[in-house]
Amino acid sequence: MQGMAESLSLAGALVLAADPDLLQIVALSLYVSLSATVIALCLGLPLGALLAIGKFRGRGGVIVAVNALMGLPPVVVGLIVYLYLSRSGPLGFLGLLYTPTAMIIAQTLLITPIIAALSRQVLEDLHLEYAEQFRSFCLTRRQTIQALLWDGRYALMTVGLAGFGRAIAEVGAVIIVGGNIDHLTRVMTTSIALETSKGDLPLALALGIVLLVIALGVNAAVHSLRLSAVRQAYA
Amino acid sequence: MRDAALPLLDTLADAMPANRPIVPLEVAGLTVRRDGRALLDGLELSLGAHGVTAIMGPNGAGKSLLLRCLHGLVTPDAGAMSWNGLAPEAARHRQALVFQKPVLLRRSVAANVDFVLKARGADLARRAVLLEHVGLLAKAGQPARLLSGGEAQRLALARALATGPDVLLLDEPTASLDPASTQMIEEILKSVALHGVRVLIVTHDAHQARRIADDVVFVSKGRVVEHSPATDFFPKPGTALARAYLEGAIIP
Amino acid sequence: MISRFPFRMDALVAFAVAFGLGCAGGMASAGGAIIVQSTTSTANSGLYDHLLPLFAARTDMRVNVVAVGTGQAIRNARNCDGDVLLVHAKGAEEEFVADGAGLWRQDLMYNDFVIVGPASDPAAIAGLSDVREALAQIADSGARFASRGDDSGTHKKEVALWAAAGLDPQQASGTWYLETGSGMGATLNTAIGMGAYTMTDRATWISFANKQDFAVAVEGDDALFNQYGVIPVNPEVCPSVNAQAAQRFAEWLLSAEGQAAIAAYRVQDQQLFFPNAGAKLSDKN
Repeated sequence: MQGMAESLSLAGALVLAADPDLLQIVALSLYVSLSATVIALCLGLPLGALLAIGKFRGRGGVIVAVNALMGLPPVVVGLIVYLYLSRSGPLGFLGLLYTPTAMIIAQTLLITPIIAALSRQVLEDLHLEYAEQFRSFCLTRRQTIQALLWDGRYALMTVGLAGFGRAIAEVGAVIIVGGNIDHLTRVMTTSIALETSKGDLPLALALGIVLLVIALGVNAAVHSLRLSAVRQAYA
Repeated sequence: MRDAALPLLDTLADAMPANRPIVPLEVAGLTVRRDGRALLDGLELSLGAHGVTAIMGPNGAGKSLLLRCLHGLVTPDAGAMSWNGLAPEAARHRQALVFQKPVLLRRSVAANVDFVLKARGADLARRAVLLEHVGLLAKAGQPARLLSGGEAQRLALARALATGPDVLLLDEPTASLDPASTQMIEEILKSVALHGVRVLIVTHDAHQARRIADDVVFVSKGRVVEHSPATDFFPKPGTALARAYLEGAIIP
Repeated sequence: MISRFPFRMDALVAFAVAFGLGCAGGMASAGGAIIVQSTTSTANSGLYDHLLPLFAARTDMRVNVVAVGTGQAIRNARNCDGDVLLVHAKGAEEEFVADGAGLWRQDLMYNDFVIVGPASDPAAIAGLSDVREALAQIADSGARFASRGDDSGTHKKEVALWAAAGLDPQQASGTWYLETGSGMGATLNTAIGMGAYTMTDRATWISFANKQDFAVAVEGDDALFNQYGVIPVNPEVCPSVNAQAAQRFAEWLLSAEGQAAIAAYRVQDQQLFFPNAGAKLSDKN
């Protein structure tokens, strides 16, 4: 446990020193994972809503498939994105490999199924409550989905948080498509992997603690938002 | 109270489509089966174009189910329903249904009304008039789901009126409400009926039916047992069943 | 509010994509950036952190290093995902050039491999200078040995040494012969965690921070020579390559200035890499 104490004080020193390299790495981590979360929400929420209220053939199969995709290993996602974005791949002409954009794409693919599957559950429960009233109002499908998404917004924040947590914590995908290039595509998790491979375990652990604190901060912010919503019975 | 419902009714008149009326109503042989049991059993009903109709009957008689069928929410296994020639699904957008337990959106009181006004493409300025009329204008900014039972049902009624309905269906709207809310809702029902909205209300409350209904439909075991003007029904019900029901309801 | 919701989402998507692409575009257009597909030892030991600022002082181009195992670096370069290859597996490098994937190959620098092990030295190999003898003793004693098992330059070398010793450790895979399938750092962490011997390049070992009671057991055998080479990727095979910039960087590494910079890099008062561009040392390998 001496290592833990050393790492804690090292983590504190890193943060207090506001090391520009560390700040850049933290900023890139947040930029990549927040962007991926926003895009995945834009893709996953409508998909989840369609699955929640839709009645079509094969719906059960799609739900099972989306749920299964929640367990997609990041390294597989990274590999697939690499094969597409590689210069020898079909999208190689875009020149996106080893850029933050490639990392955003990989994390988006990784967490969209999570957001779709979890939001489907949330929205299906909500729709159970609203369905008859909405039919009485003669709402279109589009209006129904909009209303469900809006009224489920606080529960869906937690869904977004689950996606963000997965994105910011994963290393397998971003290290393949980002390449862990210093000052370009190096994020918290790839730094931790790098320091571990250099055998600098205290520094690796200290970076892990910084990552944890950031995740805590994001979670606390969302939680307090949700709490005030609960007090207003909006959640 | 609240005699002058004029601003409210102006908004209703504006919102009402100028096409032909959807009453009278004709129902023939209406049958709904669940698990081999007939919940509605060849129900027959004719309603005229005007007034307030109370639908009464013991628990499990099929009153709520009848409302849902008339509103097009439940598709019957057999029978025909005609809202002046329109099927219930086609007539639904000119009807509003107030459920026994109001389903309020997780938004403010005002936003609950706005939601319906927007869905119908109606003028948002009507919100204030509607809320004023159900006594909720002062609570417009409050979270809808923190309203008391009576307030919540009044908001549900305001939302129903926001659709500008030709027909207003209500499923025991005042069950377990405070007297003030009950009175306010009854006044509103009477005034909208006077201005041409056809009102159908399921109720167990004979006093209430007496106060607001022009005619009473008495339902038992999925059939209409008796349909007579309120002035006849309450003094001398035409069937033993209705008489027993009324006596049971009056005597605690 | 509700009716604007979907449009706000559309706007967010557009924003995110535009921001992402704009960011990427900004990076790419930085007047000649190149990607070096590199072995990990040069990156993990901090060599690039020492070299790249010196190079940057003479040019406005940006050098991005992707550090992976030699095997993966060569595969990535074959997919045109790099402009320069800097690895340490001479056979595979010459094949890369012979296939036309690389323009040319030059020796860049060397150091050596060492076998490291725990202080308890269960195979009693400490101090040996004949690596074949050491490997044979490890196999005989059944002491654990952690192998990269990842087709990296170090792994290729290790496999060749076992073969030269007339041994096939694959038969003991999972008993005393442990193939981690991981990078050098991860394999060192595993070896140290399990008290196993392992083979590493000296640069990685010197700069490795988690040595615990491990120390170099075998060194100094000519067979442990570790040659690094540099190859610009062929722009005729990979049109996306920034050929001018790639050649410029590779040639700078091979120049007197680049070679001096390599020689000047020291960790814990030890020189990690020995420049030998143009030197006739191929007979030594």
